[in-house]
Amino acid sequence: MRLFEQPAHVLHDMLVKKEITSAELTQDVLARMDEVEGDVKAYLHVTKEAALVQAKAADEKIARGDAIAFLEGIPCAIKDNICTKGVPTTCASKILEHFVPPYDATVMTKLEKEHPVMLGKTNMDEFAMGGSTENSGFYPTHNPWDTDCVPGGSSGGSAAAVAAGTAIWALGSDTGGSIRQPASFCGVVGMKPTYGRVSRYGLVAYASSLDQIGPIARDVTDCAHILNVIAGHDEMDSTSADAAVPDFTKALKEDVKGLKIGLPKEYFVKGMDADVEKTVRAAIDKFKELGAEVVEISLPHTDYAISTYYLIAPAEAATNLERYDGISYGERVNGADVVELMTNTRSEKFGEEVKRRIMIGNYALSAGYYDAYYLKALKVRTLVQQDFTEAFEKVDVIMAPTAPTPAFRIGELVSDPLQMYLQDICTVPLNLAGLPGISVPCGFSSKGMPIGLQIIGKALDEETILRAAYTYEQTQDFHTKMASIGGKNA
Amino acid sequence: MNYEAVIGLEIHCELKTKTKIFCGCETGFGAEQNTHVCPVCLGLPGVLPTINKRVVEFGIKAGLATNCTINQYSKFDRKNYYYPDLPKNWQTSQYDLPIAEHGWVDIDTESGKKRIRLTRIHMEEDAGKLVHSGTNIKDSATSNVDYNRTGVPLLEIVSEPDLSSAEEARAYMEKIKAIMEYIDVSNCRMEEGNLRADINVSLRPEGSKELGTRTEMKNINSFKSLEDAINYEIERQTEVLEDGGHIVQETRTWDPERGITLSMRSKENAHDYRYMPEPDLPPIVTTAEQIEAFRKELPELPDARRERLQQEFGLSDYDAGIITSTRAMAEYFDAMVSEGADAKAAANWMMGDLSKNLNAEGKEIQDSPVDAKRLAQMIALIDKGTISSKIAKTVFKEMWASDASPEQIVKDKGLVQITDTKEIEGVVDAVIAANPKAVEEYKAGKKKAIGALVGQVMKQTKGKANPQMVNQLLASKLDN
Repeated sequence: MRLFEQPAHVLHDMLVKKEITSAELTQDVLARMDEVEGDVKAYLHVTKEAALVQAKAADEKIARGDAIAFLEGIPCAIKDNICTKGVPTTCASKILEHFVPPYDATVMTKLEKEHPVMLGKTNMDEFAMGGSTENSGFYPTHNPWDTDCVPGGSSGGSAAAVAAGTAIWALGSDTGGSIRQPASFCGVVGMKPTYGRVSRYGLVAYASSLDQIGPIARDVTDCAHILNVIAGHDEMDSTSADAAVPDFTKALKEDVKGLKIGLPKEYFVKGMDADVEKTVRAAIDKFKELGAEVVEISLPHTDYAISTYYLIAPAEAATNLERYDGISYGERVNGADVVELMTNTRSEKFGEEVKRRIMIGNYALSAGYYDAYYLKALKVRTLVQQDFTEAFEKVDVIMAPTAPTPAFRIGELVSDPLQMYLQDICTVPLNLAGLPGISVPCGFSSKGMPIGLQIIGKALDEETILRAAYTYEQTQDFHTKMASIGGKNA
Repeated sequence: MNYEAVIGLEIHCELKTKTKIFCGCETGFGAEQNTHVCPVCLGLPGVLPTINKRVVEFGIKAGLATNCTINQYSKFDRKNYYYPDLPKNWQTSQYDLPIAEHGWVDIDTESGKKRIRLTRIHMEEDAGKLVHSGTNIKDSATSNVDYNRTGVPLLEIVSEPDLSSAEEARAYMEKIKAIMEYIDVSNCRMEEGNLRADINVSLRPEGSKELGTRTEMKNINSFKSLEDAINYEIERQTEVLEDGGHIVQETRTWDPERGITLSMRSKENAHDYRYMPEPDLPPIVTTAEQIEAFRKELPELPDARRERLQQEFGLSDYDAGIITSTRAMAEYFDAMVSEGADAKAAANWMMGDLSKNLNAEGKEIQDSPVDAKRLAQMIALIDKGTISSKIAKTVFKEMWASDASPEQIVKDKGLVQITDTKEIEGVVDAVIAANPKAVEEYKAGKKKAIGALVGQVMKQTKGKANPQMVNQLLASKLDN
């Protein structure tokens, strides 16, 4: 077994025991990148030189006998919408093609204290708008399990890198499912923490009231460790939760006895892939076996969640993206005057999906339509939140598929944006409600594509979903399987 | 037909916080371009705002000082429009839940006090400053942006259209300026753009209740421009209406050099600001206790102080009004009184020689070369009879030009009043002897002729003779 196949907690122990060096580990992951990155294209920017310097520093520390942090010396990848000082941050958009932030996102500042080895920035749907990474302004990422399929999105690069072994873990961001759905498609664990649990400072905004940074990793244990590092109140983010941060690794216990699990009937939708339904139900049966109690619940406003999301998110995006005008940073396409300059820049440098959402958003916010669309969407959002509040009076966690289908083929849904939007049906309601959710591998489709089980928790109760996910993970080995890519087996 | 003007002002008042409204950058004026900037105020990808609590405090205080209701639940909104001085292309402002609403201030008009209602006061960020190679953004080959001012906190104070003339608009803006100075939330330096007004003007037939179509003039930054722009616009609109035309709802720009307003943007081209609640800032929730605590911190406000100066010192309403019209004037007055100066004399000197000299040099009272202490000392010399009021004018001039104390000046220049009867009598006798013609006239009943004789005595004593004594001595000698 090669090093790149191991989760971070195993590698950490090996580093501490001096069985391996960070340099060896990093070289192995870089070698894996040489083997498969041409097929997967998970990265937009690889920081090989810096990574080797970081690995060497970790090794020197270990050699000196100093204690190392959990993530120290372990190679990771960062979604390209998280600002990294001195390292390009493009959001997979041509409009930021050469943008290098002069500052670090809060999560990067926190991570740097752990001295991980950063391998680079991962591909994504442009400005996180999409669920397939096909909307990248540069190139699509391919699913390591079948390179003709999408890795999901928008954090498709991060999920694909972890699945392909070109990173041990990664950071993604989730606005409507952008961590959980690609984790599900790529057979890895992805977690969206409670809105406000992780600072958004330095996360390039798509939809401010929905965006949340979270980990993508090989297993639940790694997720808990990463969350320990990145969670916490941040003065730079007024929306970050001013709540105590528990040690999430304490939740890694095999114990679901008496856990009340709600199955929302609205999430097992018509048109859901039969393999997905079968696999997810089997996983839930496993919980029953382990002593959990399963009840059917109703989240009656689920039907409206997608339309609500596709008003609120584009409205926020429309304003958030106003700053890309070619004036003080980013790409510029000149024009005869300032209006033409801005128009040319935005027309040429934004991709189709981004422009579509900007137009939807501006329409929803414009005079005469605000009440009918945006304001109404805010009201429905409250109803969606209430659904969860009521459900959580009866159950401890809610379980559902992460996505209604396994990964689809590249190009399959490109011409049908509505069908693409419906992919978000199981993930979007959490973002509207600000709740935490985790996607864990729970099996494979008949075509061998990974399927994810989604576990949804109460606000700021990541511990319960980590515990449930961890308990389930101990019963199976789906998460340990690595994809064979273009005949290059792990 | 006679028309009456209906005027409303939107005053932008820059707050004197140390740091900007949403980041830690300095707010100071006049720094090198683009040095008071950071990722947040530059609107770089990924940044988030954090509210400067002082701005909220200042907003609440401004609301309380202008008799507003404070909204205990207030929020920020994004006001979206593309302009290169606005790095995010939206201004973080307040839309439907401003910090304060429904206030009023009283102003003095020719026909007495008038109450001007305030619609609202809201908090917002200022934009950057554009520097064009040409005259404007359209005709310039290049334009540069200085982001130092980007994110400097502003209060926008919106009045109801309760003003009916340029004079009233000025009085209103002066009142707002005074209040903001008193409560110490703004430097209110108009020349630095601390205080700027957008003016809405419309006309309607006298006695009519309906509002006419209005025009707006933006960024007026001096009292003179305020009055001139309003007067010009009233005249322009009157002419249009008298010629049977219609007023076009539009934004006009005031050109102070040419003294005219010019059309900038019509209603058809007006922005749809697509207001949206700011998702990056939680609502501002203020408790009744916090509001009361801010109220207690408010100083005595101009109207109350004006009242007090009349009650306590017997000043006229007019004098008290002028002295309390700026915080600096009121403080100068208070300082003189606490140095022991007689209140009425202090008021007279402030309104007289001091204002004259300040105006002549275009100085504000806080920059006066003669401070309250020295002026009070000088008044004390008059009270003691050391110098006459007339000599005091000379002493004042000397004080204006040097740092010397009035005692020193009187001593150095030998300006001590002559109160020695013998000495004055000698001069009086000499003047009587030398001016038989004037004496004749006086004795023939032309009492005014004594003035020439007094003048002579004063001239010969270089103004130092006590004028009362001169008068008495002359009269008694001539009448005998």
